[in-house]
Amino acid sequence: MYVAVKGGERAIASAHRLLAEDRRGDPSVPELSLDQIDQQLALAVDRVMIEGSLYDRELAALAIKQARGDLIEAIFLARAYRTTLPRFGATRPIDTGAMTIRRRVSATFKDVPGGQILGATFDYTHRLLDFDLIGGQRDGATSPDAAAPDGGVGAARDGDVAAPGGDLAAPGGDLAALGGRLPRVIDILDRDGLIEPEEPDSDRRSVGDLTREPLDFPAGRDVRLQSLARADEGFVLALGYATQRGYGRNHPFAGEIRVGEVELELEPEELGFPITIGEITVTECQMVNQFKGSATAPPQFTRGYGLVFGHAERKAMTMALVDRALRCRELGEPPASPAQDEEFVLYHGDNVEASGFVQHLKLPHHVDFQSELVLIRTLRAEAEARAR
Amino acid sequence: MSAYNFAFLDEQTKRMIRRAILKAVAIPGYQVPFGSREMPLSYGWGTGGVQVTASVIGPDDVLKVIDQGADDTTNAVSIRRFFEKTTGVRTTTRTDQATLIQTRHRIPETPLAEGQIVVFQVPIPEPLRWLEPRETETRKMHALEEYGVMHVRLYEDITRHGHVETAYDYPVLVNGRYIMRPSPIPKFDNPKLDRNPALLLFGAGREKRIYAVPPFTSVRSLDFEDHPFTIERWDQTCALCGAADVFMDEIVVDDKGGRMFVCSDTDFCERRRGR
Repeated sequence: MYVAVKGGERAIASAHRLLAEDRRGDPSVPELSLDQIDQQLALAVDRVMIEGSLYDRELAALAIKQARGDLIEAIFLARAYRTTLPRFGATRPIDTGAMTIRRRVSATFKDVPGGQILGATFDYTHRLLDFDLIGGQRDGATSPDAAAPDGGVGAARDGDVAAPGGDLAAPGGDLAALGGRLPRVIDILDRDGLIEPEEPDSDRRSVGDLTREPLDFPAGRDVRLQSLARADEGFVLALGYATQRGYGRNHPFAGEIRVGEVELELEPEELGFPITIGEITVTECQMVNQFKGSATAPPQFTRGYGLVFGHAERKAMTMALVDRALRCRELGEPPASPAQDEEFVLYHGDNVEASGFVQHLKLPHHVDFQSELVLIRTLRAEAEARAR
Repeated sequence: MSAYNFAFLDEQTKRMIRRAILKAVAIPGYQVPFGSREMPLSYGWGTGGVQVTASVIGPDDVLKVIDQGADDTTNAVSIRRFFEKTTGVRTTTRTDQATLIQTRHRIPETPLAEGQIVVFQVPIPEPLRWLEPRETETRKMHALEEYGVMHVRLYEDITRHGHVETAYDYPVLVNGRYIMRPSPIPKFDNPKLDRNPALLLFGAGREKRIYAVPPFTSVRSLDFEDHPFTIERWDQTCALCGAADVFMDEIVVDDKGGRMFVCSDTDFCERRRGR
């Protein structure tokens, strides 16, 4: 005799016990500490902070540990925590021109004021597995490339500045001449009117927040950029790549990519002046894109912008490509490709939403399926009757 | 769970959601955009329904949660536990004793009563979505009552197959104005929507929409005079309680084509057996 399925509750509890065991793995292997994740899996922490929209290295490390290294799951954990936090207000726009630079490269000029600063980068490393890392034999942070004589332009971690032109300049001297600021490459083009000007929004306009208000189309650029910053890196990467291959091509040059620390300033209403509340690491990418000009605008370069928490150049660059693609309407380009389609990009880039909805197919659907079975059996019976 | 507010959401958020619900009740069938929050459960697993429930639940409520008509399916268990933990309210499996019922894919067989609230989990709220993927367009179509494309679709189904090829999430016209997706309930349940004495609330978390059918509102499944709307029928009665005219689960009992049919509504079935 058939007995209706029961015991969902016990099954769930047992499944979660098994999950906890699997997460820990072999207990004879030492447990990961959050410091280890923060320090040695720093870029994973960055990604969770970026797509989780939550700047907190410790919580991101905790999420990664709890999620067994599944970064989308970790992003979900960070988001679900973030949503419970009160909103105190919006900071003033960060000044990336005043950034304490760790790395800064421009592809549009051989040399730029302040120099090209290679910083810590995978670029120019030869992707050879470093077997010395297996047993943790090597002490400290020397890289095989830096140690090898053919290390090329590889810069060490201590702030050496390497210009492709061959000049090695100490950042201190150069920076002093520049008034302590490393001017943004794009501002040089701006001064000559060669690139479209970008006027800051009024300080009084409130910044859009798609985590508090539903998306509305056409979305403001603030919401679009927020959406892209939070969007799944793989999704944005594929879209940005597609624009390079011709699906919404916008002729990009990497005007500048800079990574470093910026101060966050908040202006509490009762004070009337800004106070610094902390410092965060960000990666900024300014793309310079070609534009032929129109009846009303002279030929000039246009901009695509990317900004993310932490050190994440791939994400910032591809974000800038897609930002530029999404500006097609504003620039009078006919939207013809997915990357130029605002609804397509903004509705499908969120990996927490996408992952949830794709995986909800695991939930029981036997009622709907039964409805379909009844219908398809009816249709087949009718078709057979007709055939006879 | 003391670190979290009653029913998890903060009071500001609940107020925002209640305002959206009030608007939805005022304009039956209209999809109200709302600032859907990121919940501690997956999108697509009932985040919209959970937010609606969390916004209307009070300490005196008695909650029932079902999925596929059953109280003991895994996601129903998980959502019921979420509210047990965050509210401490009484829960029940009995339809007639619940003041608040959160459901996925079914409306209970036991008739609902005045004063009850049913919260539906909605994956895709837009009935015109498969006909027009753009939200900007579909909103315009609703505003202008431009529903011809939906009727054409149903007509084409009938000319091709002799039937409307929609078995669940069958589109309805609410209060003679808005076409609405009844969430993926089987069309068997569609007639229960019409002039139902309970308040029916629909929450779509990922899509950030809330809509409603207030009590005793007309809800008509779209059809044609010469092709009236019909519901599923089974030749069998429930193998456990003998009920006919209920929605059946088909259970595969062996690998030789053996099947049995039982009530999808587990509470309804148990109570018939208990009598």
